[in-house]
Amino acid sequence: MTRFRVSETMKELMASYYLEAKNAAYNNTPVAWITSGGPVEFLYAMGVIPVYPENYAPMCAITRVSKDLIEVSEAAGYSPDLCSYAKTDIGADMTQGGPIMGLPKPDMLIVGTNICHTVVKWFDVHARKYNVPLFVIDMPYLHDDMTEDAIGYVVRQFGAFKGFLSAVLKRPFNEDRFRETLFLAAQVSDLWEKVLSMGKKKPSPLNSFDTFIHLAPIVTLRGTQRAVDYYTQFYAELEELVAQGFGSVPDEGIRLLWDNLPIWYKIKYLSEFFAKHRAAFVVSTYTNSWAAIQGNINTDHALEELARAYLSPYINRGFRYRIDYLVRLIEEFSLDGVVFHSDRSCKPYSIGQYIVKEEVTKRTGKPGLIIEADMNDPRAFSDAQFETRAEAFLEGFER
Amino acid sequence: MSYFAGIDVGSLTAKAVIIDRDNKILGSHILGIGQDSLKAGMDAYGEALKKAGLKREDVTSIVSTGYSRKRFTEAAMQKTEISCHARGIAAVFPSVRTLLDVGGQDSKSMKVGGEGRVLDFAMNDKCAAGTGRFVDVMAAALSLTLDGLSDAALSFKEELSLSSTCTVFGESEVVSLLSQGQSVPDIAWAIVKSIADRLVSLVKRVGIEQDIAMSGGMAKNRALVARLEDRIGFDILVPPEPQLMGAFGAAIIAKGR
Repeated sequence: MTRFRVSETMKELMASYYLEAKNAAYNNTPVAWITSGGPVEFLYAMGVIPVYPENYAPMCAITRVSKDLIEVSEAAGYSPDLCSYAKTDIGADMTQGGPIMGLPKPDMLIVGTNICHTVVKWFDVHARKYNVPLFVIDMPYLHDDMTEDAIGYVVRQFGAFKGFLSAVLKRPFNEDRFRETLFLAAQVSDLWEKVLSMGKKKPSPLNSFDTFIHLAPIVTLRGTQRAVDYYTQFYAELEELVAQGFGSVPDEGIRLLWDNLPIWYKIKYLSEFFAKHRAAFVVSTYTNSWAAIQGNINTDHALEELARAYLSPYINRGFRYRIDYLVRLIEEFSLDGVVFHSDRSCKPYSIGQYIVKEEVTKRTGKPGLIIEADMNDPRAFSDAQFETRAEAFLEGFER
Repeated sequence: MSYFAGIDVGSLTAKAVIIDRDNKILGSHILGIGQDSLKAGMDAYGEALKKAGLKREDVTSIVSTGYSRKRFTEAAMQKTEISCHARGIAAVFPSVRTLLDVGGQDSKSMKVGGEGRVLDFAMNDKCAAGTGRFVDVMAAALSLTLDGLSDAALSFKEELSLSSTCTVFGESEVVSLLSQGQSVPDIAWAIVKSIADRLVSLVKRVGIEQDIAMSGGMAKNRALVARLEDRIGFDILVPPEPQLMGAFGAAIIAKGR
């Protein structure tokens, strides 16, 4: 993984975010637990600190405690087939474990179903334990194109969400601050897209193992000035690096796309493995998903635009869209191939990957590789099995 | 004269092949792995040299392959068995476009281009169903050798089927079929059908294009090859020594260096 100047800044930024969240109760600041695709702008507008079990779970995996926490959940009766983020999070909550010893107690729970439906039941478990209100925003899966019906359906729920926040917090919804937050969120999504588009450069100054890590602020701090400042700084550094001809993978030879979530507990190993083979992941559908959360908010239809943005992420789209999108990225990023992580825990992301792979290869001639693993459960990864598949795939580019 | 060696150390056996410039196999050897894969590989190599009437210093270059490929520091290069099997089979049957390699721990289907280039491949994951190990365990449950299981299966009378593709549950199913008094040939045929079903879906993942060949130890199972031909509707080419294709391909790659 590349050491950027801003890497230290990000560490400080995330540390202060978690410190603030951990101290929220002392400062009388409400805390909401929210899913990764949830509309955080409403929370920042109301001075609520959003906390992400889906950010904490990978932190547990990177610090090598996810397996223990998963085992705690399984011992408590949660099925081995349940999502490993859910099991890590529930285990961390039961034991107050992980790098920051558990997340701060929630005052409310917010779920968006644009990433999966496991989150509904998973957050329900927390709602019962903490006896706090749960608000579910149903964002329908788009099998084909975006529809006005889907947008209208989500907009009506956004309206109800404002009412929910106002009732729980016992104060009116702050429309002025909401507009400011939307403006900042759009700015940061735009900056994130600019950062990611640096992957088009040859060589690429950053790769997906970098963006997996530098994703944290856009997930957690979307809608704040701090996030805008951070990515402004990051983009400036990348421009400098490009001017110097810097490549994040030395002697970049093969340009790849990573599909699906990272394999968090193996991120360093994978980064070194592919770098050794001069292969750079210059784009990923996963990190791109947060660039999609970007509506044109300078209109009278801000909620419609926001609904459209939250319905857009890759994981919420049908196969035809996915195939077209990958074909486009192969062209735009001058890719040689695609690596699909078939993630045992993330069914909505993984379903259809074999068909998508086949179609993309048929249309572009670029090969694909499927790696079976799991984002957070190290029991699902075997170094030897991975290396045989990955090396055979990379050997295919020789000659 | 220059000579080249390929050493393929897989999950169950170590294979070594020595070739000359014309890809002629001068010596080869197959050994069980035992506890030390490096030693097994070196022993197989030593035996192959002996059969070829050559010494180590006669060999210009070695390529190692298989799960233990990285342990052979003497090898000039390590290549995955996927690339090696494709190269080996292309040297025997240049017309092959689809290759099914069924080894001890892995089954792989490959789409093969000119000169044995791998265009796409699929592999079993996280499960030994559809591998040589599956048949190994089932043969043991029937007190048969691998050849014995193949022969028995070819003389089946009644169509039985195994409902489980899992090696562990499959074994208990075989034991219960025996206790129900089902005949060994019928059970052997059910085992062959079960593994063939898994392999057909594996080969369909890369798409079936003629000619089709099979390598790896399981290609010696005539009942399995017959069942597969029946299921996919095409003939399957099997080289004389299917188990050696990985080591043979590795030796060819060593020559190309």
